[in-house]
Amino acid sequence: MEEEKKSKVNATALRAYIMIAVLGVIWVYFHWATDGTFLTPRNLSNLMTQMSVTGIIAVGMLMVIVSGNIDLSVGSVLGFAGGLAAFGITTLELPFPQSIIVGVVAAIAVTVLIGVFQGMLTAYFNIPAFIVTLGGLLAWRGAVKWLLAGNTTPISDETFKFIGQGYIGSFLGWVLGALAIVFVIFLAYRGARSVKDYGLGEANYKGALLKATIPVIGIIAFVWVMNSYAIDGNYVGVPVPVLILVAVALLGSFLTNSTVFGRYLYAIGGNADAARLSGINNKRNILKVYALLGALTGVAALVYTARQGSAAPDAGVLKELDAIAACVIGGASLMGGRGTIFGACLGAIIMASLDNGMGLIGVRDFMQDIIKGSILVAAVGLDMMGRKQS
Amino acid sequence: MPLLEMRNIVKEFPGVRALDGVSFTLEAGEFHSLVGENGAGKSTLMKVLSGVYPAGTFDGEILVNGSQKNFSGIRDSENAGIAIIFQELSLVKELTVGENIFLGREPSRFGVINWSELYHRASKLLQDLHLPIDPRTPVGNLGIGQQQLVEIAKALSQDARILVLDEPTAALTESEVETLFNILKKLKSRGVGMIYISHKLDEVFAISDRITVLRDGQTVVTHAASETTKDSVIAAMVGREVGDIFPEVTHEHGDIALSVKNLNVYSPDAPEKKLVDDVSFEVRRGEVLGIAGLMGAGRSELLTAIFGAWPGKFSREIEVDEKPVAVNSPSDAIANGIGFVTEDRKRYGLILEQTILDNMTLAALRAISGRIVTNRTREAIAAESQITNLRVKASSPLMVANTLSGGNQQKVVLGKWLLTNPRVLFLDEPTRGIDVGAKQEIYAEINKLAKDGLAIVMVSSELPEVLGLSDRVIVLQEGRVTGEFTRDEATAEKVMAAATGHK
Repeated sequence: MEEEKKSKVNATALRAYIMIAVLGVIWVYFHWATDGTFLTPRNLSNLMTQMSVTGIIAVGMLMVIVSGNIDLSVGSVLGFAGGLAAFGITTLELPFPQSIIVGVVAAIAVTVLIGVFQGMLTAYFNIPAFIVTLGGLLAWRGAVKWLLAGNTTPISDETFKFIGQGYIGSFLGWVLGALAIVFVIFLAYRGARSVKDYGLGEANYKGALLKATIPVIGIIAFVWVMNSYAIDGNYVGVPVPVLILVAVALLGSFLTNSTVFGRYLYAIGGNADAARLSGINNKRNILKVYALLGALTGVAALVYTARQGSAAPDAGVLKELDAIAACVIGGASLMGGRGTIFGACLGAIIMASLDNGMGLIGVRDFMQDIIKGSILVAAVGLDMMGRKQS
Repeated sequence: MPLLEMRNIVKEFPGVRALDGVSFTLEAGEFHSLVGENGAGKSTLMKVLSGVYPAGTFDGEILVNGSQKNFSGIRDSENAGIAIIFQELSLVKELTVGENIFLGREPSRFGVINWSELYHRASKLLQDLHLPIDPRTPVGNLGIGQQQLVEIAKALSQDARILVLDEPTAALTESEVETLFNILKKLKSRGVGMIYISHKLDEVFAISDRITVLRDGQTVVTHAASETTKDSVIAAMVGREVGDIFPEVTHEHGDIALSVKNLNVYSPDAPEKKLVDDVSFEVRRGEVLGIAGLMGAGRSELLTAIFGAWPGKFSREIEVDEKPVAVNSPSDAIANGIGFVTEDRKRYGLILEQTILDNMTLAALRAISGRIVTNRTREAIAAESQITNLRVKASSPLMVANTLSGGNQQKVVLGKWLLTNPRVLFLDEPTRGIDVGAKQEIYAEINKLAKDGLAIVMVSSELPEVLGLSDRVIVLQEGRVTGEFTRDEATAEKVMAAATGHK
């Protein structure tokens, strides 16, 4: 019995370790293959910025996938929202602060509404999510082409571009890093104390502190690497898109691990009948998770548009597949009920590392696609084999 | 020489001997009925006959026309002239009648189907049976009764000499039953042997030449229909003694906890068909109300509809603690103190990939853990309390549900509902498929809960269980109440007679 439990717990942890190891191998390989350019602060900073849009969407996508659904429309919705932002900021010719407020609010409001609409069609009208969002994939792409009249709309506003191109500076980086470390230690302390508070035994503060060391080292390393990147002799610090991704990922982890809503998503995806009979309103929760993915797609659209400095009719094409691939490589099951935010983010990093590394080596475009596609299928294939054995 | 002979069939599943030396014969042109309680082994025997359980997975011999057969699959048994029409029809609803009849055996050349020959042969077959059905109609457009007849036509197109009918009349109207019987009589005169499985004894006696009673995987008796009576068949069906695993307890009954009036439940597929027809009952604090009936009598539908979880149409008035309440969804039911330990724990009760803890706290998550943010420690304490209370054999609340035995899984589902602090608890098949030890523990728990003042409504297919635990038994047949007995009045014979519609 005891062994049974241990092997189960370890299986989840083992998965995470294997993925981190795979990422390590990929990084070391590219570092070697690029004669030492891959693992430099400059390239890692770029890599993290490149993955931020996919990562933000992947966090929302993961929750949709966990609930047993899918969203194929996010790339087109991202394009449409970016177009709306550009329309508000540039085309309407409003004065400075209003223009940005209108653009940002319009983008987020519309993506949330699209999420609610598509979620409603899926949950309340029983149209399969695949079909609803496949329709969305086409329709919202059409909408952005119409909105931008087929042209690219440039955005010159520097304040807005800061969302996608800015850096927060090394000082603020260290401040946020320190806050994060305090928070991690606080969580560990609270976890240990609750054991005592509920009379389940003695609090193991030492063990808790030990557990906190790995994330603390991670935070320090991350801030240090990002702060080591200098442009024209200035140390710029953590890129704004990366900071947004970290915030979104933390929110996603909190929702999935520590809220009733998150637990309901896993229950619905794990066994929709059992969830319904346990008094869960499956439909309402599915609607909510689509609205949430919508909001995150809106955030991703702002980052993407600001980074490009313009809204284009083809913005975000194939982003849905990147996000889904990130979730699946990270161990999420398309049948629902299984997957973690941590895994999805790791998946996104792995995908971005492949893009970045192959780009640096000079692998031809078509070859990159073939390799990425093969790796996606192989990763899930190996995962399935591993599951069957256990 | 009999058309079919099954000798000493023994079929074992892990932990259970489903068939324990059953022998059975069928003559050409004979109508032989197979009756028995739920779980007596009828379906298992037919699966052995049809090759669903291939030769080698059971002991014993099957002889068709005196020659021994080893079926390794359904194809083999079909080739030997055996056709089985299962309760759940195996027709493809989107395809036409003709396509279904010849599915997998389409008249064709080089893989190209000869449609005119297919439909010509199909319509000849249907005419032969006097079925006014166009072979080009999609099967989904036909009523259940006609679909059944198409299934029979399909069997005959394969030159079936042995036809097995598993509860063929369960979904049919009276006139459809009459049509079916006329056709069966015609087939009989052509020398087709028929094995007929049914719970409806009136039908069984109306049409059978011989009747065989199965009980606990054994042949109890085979009689010519003319030489036996319904009463003796019922006696043979239930003949087992109610063991002493049911402690003699008397429950103190309090006020009325739940009252249900005029419950009607309609089929989600056929909205005009009533699955539960105007049932009213009440149950008091500390009382165990048993609901008995045979498969398809509407027992689970009754509980599901009261709980607000029935997918089709339903109507009823509900009072909890003598106050009218509106229950439109499972969450309403839970809020009003109704808990529902559903049947089929793997399908409806558990999230198999999640832990005991996650499963146990699911139905009362907001109350146990927090309205918005969860607290794992509080959840662990709640789950741990039920693990101890119900003696779930698990090393930790973090064990994954699908690694547990059936009995422990059942306890997890029960624990989940006890954590909602119910005033009324529904139990649907609470001991299906679990071992005797776990059964006894669950019986003891049910008695303890009743003693603590919980009102319990229990559906069970196991008659001894219903009789051993219930203070009162309501019997359903085809959605209607056909009997109500107190603990002292209830006997297996009376309940079975009410359940089979025999007065």
